[in-house]
Amino acid sequence: MTLPARSSPPSLRELFTGFLTVGVFGFGGVLPWARRMIVEQRRWLSGPEFTDMLALCQFLPGPNIINVSAALGYRFAGWPGAITCFTGLMFAPMAIIVALGMLYARIGGYPVVQHAFAGLAAGASAMVMATALKIAAPLGRRPLALCIAVLTFIAAGLLRVPLLYVVLVFAPASILLLANFER
Amino acid sequence: MNDTLIALATIYAQLSLLAFGGGNSILPEMQRQVVDVQHWMTAREFASMYALAQAAPGPNMLVSTLIGWRVAGLSGALVATFAMTWPSCLLTLAVSSVWFRFRDARWRKLVQAGIVPVTVGLVMAGAVLLTRTTSATLPTFLMTVVATAIFLRSKLHPLIVLAAAAALGASGVLV
Repeated sequence: MTLPARSSPPSLRELFTGFLTVGVFGFGGVLPWARRMIVEQRRWLSGPEFTDMLALCQFLPGPNIINVSAALGYRFAGWPGAITCFTGLMFAPMAIIVALGMLYARIGGYPVVQHAFAGLAAGASAMVMATALKIAAPLGRRPLALCIAVLTFIAAGLLRVPLLYVVLVFAPASILLLANFER
Repeated sequence: MNDTLIALATIYAQLSLLAFGGGNSILPEMQRQVVDVQHWMTAREFASMYALAQAAPGPNMLVSTLIGWRVAGLSGALVATFAMTWPSCLLTLAVSSVWFRFRDARWRKLVQAGIVPVTVGLVMAGAVLLTRTTSATLPTFLMTVVATAIFLRSKLHPLIVLAAAAALGASGVLV
C-alpha cells in the first residue's frame, strides 16, 4: 500500500521530535526506522518521494541517514529545518554514547568488563562482515565487478593505501570499465 | 583550536566526503588514521569503540563522537561529529536543488553502479581488519563465524546477537 504524503508541511517542532525518536530507537541501522517514521507514521513524504531522496543521499558520499535528515529538513523549512532535523537525530545518541564512553573509562579496567567487551567487539565485527558479504553476493556472477572489489580490498585492507588514493584511482577506473565492458 | 582538534577536523571532514556507499566504507581509513598515523589508540581500543557505537542507538558513525571524545574531551567529540557529518550534508543540500536534472540521466546510473564494487571492497577490508583485531583467541573467532551466519540467515534483532556476544565474553568462555 502506498500512502500519499499529507499536504501541510511539518513544523520545526514536529521535525525535531520525529528525528529524535529515530535517533533513540534506531539500533543497528537507522534507515528502516527513518523510513517508517517519515513515510508511514508521519507521512511527510510518499514512498516514492522518500526513495528518490534516499537515492540522492546514496549517490553522494557521507552517512546516508544524516544526509537524509538535512535534505528533508531543508526541503520543508530551509536552513532552520536542516539544522533542526540534524540536531533531533544526533542529540540523544551523542549524549548516550558519550555517557557510555565515560562509563567504560570508569569500569573498563575490570577483567569481566574487558571480557564482555572482547565478546561485544567480536559481535560487532561479525555485523560488519555480514554486511560486507551481503553487498558482495550480487557481484558473484559479475567477474569484472568482482575483480575490482578484490583489488580494492587488497589496496585498502592489505596494502593499507590511503582511502583518498583508493577512491581517486579505483572509482573512475571502475565506472569506466563497467560502463564499457559489462553487459 | 589546538593541533589535536585540527587533526580531528581534517581527518573526519575528509572521511565525510569519501564515504561513498555510506559509513561502513570508511572503516579501514578511519582505523588507519586513528591507530597507525595518529597513534591515538590501539587497534583493540578502536574495535571496542566501534563495537560500542554499534550497540548504542543512533547512526553507526557516532564512533566519530566517541573517538573525538576520547582524544580531546567534549570539544573533540563535537569537532569530530560535525566534521564527519556536515561536509557531506552541505554537499547533499547543494546537489538536491539540481538533482532532478540528472536523476534519470544515464551517466548518473553508470557512476552509481560503478562505485558499488569499490564500496564492497572497502567494507570487506573494514570487516577483515576488525575481525583480525577482535579474534584474539580461537573461541572468539568461532563465535564471530557463528554470529556472522546468524546476522546473514536469521531475522533476530542485531542487539540480541550483540548482547549474547557480550554475555559470552563476560562468562569467560572466549578467553
